[in-house]
Amino acid sequence: MKYEPVIGLEIHAQLRTRTKIFCGCSTAYGAAPNTHVCPVCLGMPGALPVLNRQAVDYAIRAATALGCEVQPVSVFARKNYFYPDLPKGYQISQYEQPLALGGGLDVVGGDTPHVGLTRIHMEEDAGKSLHEGFVDSSRRTYVDYNRGGVPLIEIVTEPDMRSGAGAAAFFSQLRDILVWLDVNDGNMEEGSLRCDANVSVRPVGQQRFGTKAEVKNVNSFRYVQKAIEYEIDRQIELLENGGTVVQETRLWDSATGRTMSMRSKEEAHDYRYFPEPDLPPLVVSDERVAAVRATMPELPEARRRRFVASYGLPDYDAGVLTQSVGLADYFEQVAATAGNVKAASNWVMGEVLRTLNDRGNTIEDVPLAPDALAGLIGLVDKGTISSSTAKDVFARMYDSGRSADDIVATDGLAQIGDESALLSIVRQVLESHGDAVAQYRAGKTATFGFLVGQVMKASKGKGNPKLINGILRRELDGAA
Amino acid sequence: MLDSSARTIRDDIAAGNVSAVDVCRTFLERIDAVNPSLNAFNLVAADRALARAAEIDRQRAHGVSAGPLMGVPVAVKDNLCVRGMRTTASSRILERFVPPYDATAVERIEAAGAVIVGKTSCDEFAMGSSNENSAYGPVCNPWALDRAPGGSSGGSAAAVAARCAPLALGSDTGGSIRQPAAFCGVVGLKPTYGRVSRYGLLAFASSLDQIGPICGTVSDAALALGVLAGPDPADATSSPRPVPDFTAALTGDITGLRIGVPRAFVAEGVDDRVRSAFDEALDTLRRAGARLVDIELPHAKYAIPVYYLVATAEASSNLARYDGVRYGHRTADDGRLELQDMYRRTRDEGFGAEVKRRIMLGTYVLSAGYYDAFYLKAQQVRTLLRQDYDAVFEKTDVVAMPTTPTPPFRLGEKTDDPLQMYLADVFTVSANLVGLPAISVPCGFATETDGAAPQRLPVGLQLTGRLFDEATLLNAADAYERLTDWHVQRPG
Repeated sequence: MKYEPVIGLEIHAQLRTRTKIFCGCSTAYGAAPNTHVCPVCLGMPGALPVLNRQAVDYAIRAATALGCEVQPVSVFARKNYFYPDLPKGYQISQYEQPLALGGGLDVVGGDTPHVGLTRIHMEEDAGKSLHEGFVDSSRRTYVDYNRGGVPLIEIVTEPDMRSGAGAAAFFSQLRDILVWLDVNDGNMEEGSLRCDANVSVRPVGQQRFGTKAEVKNVNSFRYVQKAIEYEIDRQIELLENGGTVVQETRLWDSATGRTMSMRSKEEAHDYRYFPEPDLPPLVVSDERVAAVRATMPELPEARRRRFVASYGLPDYDAGVLTQSVGLADYFEQVAATAGNVKAASNWVMGEVLRTLNDRGNTIEDVPLAPDALAGLIGLVDKGTISSSTAKDVFARMYDSGRSADDIVATDGLAQIGDESALLSIVRQVLESHGDAVAQYRAGKTATFGFLVGQVMKASKGKGNPKLINGILRRELDGAA
Repeated sequence: MLDSSARTIRDDIAAGNVSAVDVCRTFLERIDAVNPSLNAFNLVAADRALARAAEIDRQRAHGVSAGPLMGVPVAVKDNLCVRGMRTTASSRILERFVPPYDATAVERIEAAGAVIVGKTSCDEFAMGSSNENSAYGPVCNPWALDRAPGGSSGGSAAAVAARCAPLALGSDTGGSIRQPAAFCGVVGLKPTYGRVSRYGLLAFASSLDQIGPICGTVSDAALALGVLAGPDPADATSSPRPVPDFTAALTGDITGLRIGVPRAFVAEGVDDRVRSAFDEALDTLRRAGARLVDIELPHAKYAIPVYYLVATAEASSNLARYDGVRYGHRTADDGRLELQDMYRRTRDEGFGAEVKRRIMLGTYVLSAGYYDAFYLKAQQVRTLLRQDYDAVFEKTDVVAMPTTPTPPFRLGEKTDDPLQMYLADVFTVSANLVGLPAISVPCGFATETDGAAPQRLPVGLQLTGRLFDEATLLNAADAYERLTDWHVQRPG
């Protein structure tokens, strides 16, 4: 029998606020354990949560960019369960009335052109249990509450994906958008972006969904794909051997490349959700959504299309230039100041990206301000320096932070554009290369290139090639 | 001095007639004298109080402007956090818990010049109506030591009645300020939900809890509310509404005030002596110019079951944090105990019977498959109750009821019958479910002659006001108080 996999994802993304969702503690990663904590995020007696406005704005931004309907009223709820990394014995989340409903994402590549979203809700992160690394780790678990209370959005997709590769493609593009929006840092190693997958299979043609397993801990694009593929194979094999899939939570183990049962449906928690009485319902006005939308960077896809339409850039170039907000901003500023879009695009896609890659830098690190690069382009356009000299000047600008004008002037790199100066160099070259001149005049015109090279060499590379060409041809042909 | 109001003590200190240290010492001596027989205090902070009083005297000497509670000794219910002071909620699970922060209410009274003399006993986590559910023993009613002071703020009410402090803070989730105030013959005010910040109050039922004063006079309640009230950025449910001058509202004039009386609701199960005190109080109010209006509260009879569904549901979640992981009691553990067993033993050892009962009830109420039938239904009835009061307040300004159906009962009398105990709150829980402000003032005594010696047992009159209209409520209570002398009577 042929089977069709059905996959939905639940993605947790930390919002890039400076402070936690319900208190003023820092969200910075990597601090000494339990240094970013206070009575609120430690769940001390009598402490109360107060909602972080910036977290709400970031969540609205993500929801808006993903085409979701931001709800005028959403309600925080308590999800009750006991675990040492959960200080209050409940997680403040949203349940029956989430922040946003619907939405979706067009996926380029992969096998699912569009993945619908069910909802986006806000919640707090838990602390981190440290089971290893201490002398008494065999007997004790330590808990670091620095992460407890960091704001999260949970993005829940419809069961629209049909393969591990398709799910990975969606997850990857979702990450790019969240990073582009600056609401999430996209760092999966530090756990700022995490993914769980709901996987089931059904005979091709069957409408009803098969029994699903939730696979947790698939925190890289590669693992999303591998874990889902493993799970699909496991379920199909089970069915083919006459077994049944049981509803359960399974944990992906990247070391063995397998998923393992974590808890069955019977062992599943009853979270006893109820509305959080310590927080009034979250009311989001249309004006607030509009204000968030107004500060939102243009989405990558829209910007790519605009680059093609208004700058006349090829699709490929537009795609490269819209890899990140920073790069696209940089390009547009260079283009605007230089007044030469094609040159700006060539420089940014060429020297700028190559140098950044070489140095392991990102566009945020680039030491050349956009108008500095525009100045360099201007010198080429005016013929002050040649394109090849410009590359050399670019490298010096990158390392020294000096302007193109300054480097060209102090290092004497300006082209010789003075006809009489070039004429005397040309005449010297012709005199000392009598053989070549004779060959040229005998019809071996290829020698012309050799002579141009000699003039360039004699001018120490500063001769304006166009002028040299003209003068040389005049001298050679005119005397014949 | 022990019989003076907070206001008088404040004025005397401000005028230099007496030092804050002398006042403090006088009340500390009183506590030493009577607390052994009352057990009203979980902790007496004598050194801290004297140091604080001395600081206030120094400030006064330097002409630093006096706060509205300058030098007033205040007893604080032991479910309110005071920085550096053991705060137990009368539970074993917090036996040694010392909070590193102040409750906003505590911060505000101290900023106003109050001197905290100690932490008063209460029912464990404010769950109870007799103050018998304390890990540190029951509190005795100063009027009759074999009787309950009421609960859960029994220690605060007993302390004020026994003149251990002119003012105490309590918390009220279903009557926990008003019922003990009635039992102890003092004034107890539950403000509108959201009027006073709950930050630093150990939560029992978050949508019902409210902090308020217990004191000897309505005027002191107005004074204290003025200090406690107002928005707090640390409590998202605190109201941004401006705080009026409650003292200025006490005009003594209630001419034309419309007082609603839910005759049918108070007809059943009320002790005859309570009823006659209540009727007499209504008569006093009528003679002062108020107009009595018969009203109906058709859903008030569901208030007790609704309350015990909502309150236990929230409590089961609020008390989950007491798990032995970060603070408070943890069971003896050699490192081999499984996590689930650590939780089980810690909570089994740390919580008392009533708290466990409510956690179990609340857990059940919220469980999958029961949520709609219990929690959701209770919230719906709560809405109906709110609508009852909305309708009532269209034609009345305050509602009058007895605070409790009976005078103080004997210690141990109801401990074996939780349902009977729960019924002690029948007239008080509605105000919490709707969020309304309500006050209990002394309105007479019931004479009990079935014991060896006859006992005089206090009876309370409860007035309930519109949301955020404590001014009208306090004015009505104050006008009543001016016409009676129940509030100046004190136990021996």
